[in-house]
Amino acid sequence: MAVVSPLPSGADGARIELEEVEAALLRSLAEQLRDFVAPESADAEDPLVALVGLDPTATTPDDPALLRLLPDAYPDDEEASSRFRRFTERDLRVAKAGNAEAVIAALDARGLTIDVAGEDIDRWLGFLNDTRLTLGVRLDISEESHDELAALPEDDPRATLFQVYDWLTFLQESLIQRLMRSE
Amino acid sequence: MSVVPTEVAQPDLDADVEVPWITIVWNDPVNLMSYVTFVFMQYFKYDRAKAERLMLDVHEKGKAVVSSGSRDEMERDVTAMHGYGLWATLEKAR
Repeated sequence: MAVVSPLPSGADGARIELEEVEAALLRSLAEQLRDFVAPESADAEDPLVALVGLDPTATTPDDPALLRLLPDAYPDDEEASSRFRRFTERDLRVAKAGNAEAVIAALDARGLTIDVAGEDIDRWLGFLNDTRLTLGVRLDISEESHDELAALPEDDPRATLFQVYDWLTFLQESLIQRLMRSE
Repeated sequence: MSVVPTEVAQPDLDADVEVPWITIVWNDPVNLMSYVTFVFMQYFKYDRAKAERLMLDVHEKGKAVVSSGSRDEMERDVTAMHGYGLWATLEKAR
């Protein structure tokens, strides 16, 4: 099981030591999240899109998991929400995909022992959180359903997904507790 | 000598610039209490006590007003919260 400890240098941050199977899982999840959240039209051919990140094609996502990652900003004003989305969604997608990309790069460069510090802190926590949000929607997690999901028989397809969710929760919580201690 | 009453310009209270906007963070079943506290400290630079109080409001009351200011400022805060994966919206302060 992953171990989170202080950085040997004593600097703000945390050291994550992963088992091989955990590193492989994390890498696979990061690739999936990156592909899921990255802008749909990767090449910004429209010069306006390239210049200011404005995406005239951005619309409210149909997929509830994507909608949770990219929520409406104005709950009671559809028009303002759409305008906000056209101006901000592309950058938000790029940032979230970038978080996943940073995790992949760290896993590739540093293997099983990864020191998370500086701007990587927000990137790792953001990635772990976005992945949990996505799995949470897929598993239909609510305040009440946690115990029910934990008790699923092993042959239920949701059982594996829930184990992954639970492990990500453990990793994120361990990381935060370590970082809060070094505040 | 008489004094002619002069017209005093009245501030337009309905103008958008005069009305503050607020950023609201909503409860959801996935975000960890520790993470919500961490984000409030990290992004808003709130001290731990304030960050925890706001987090508990989100958790127990379902939502909390986490910042207020101009519409532009609140759009920036909402975008940042979405970046962290918190569920945030903005509206005119009532």
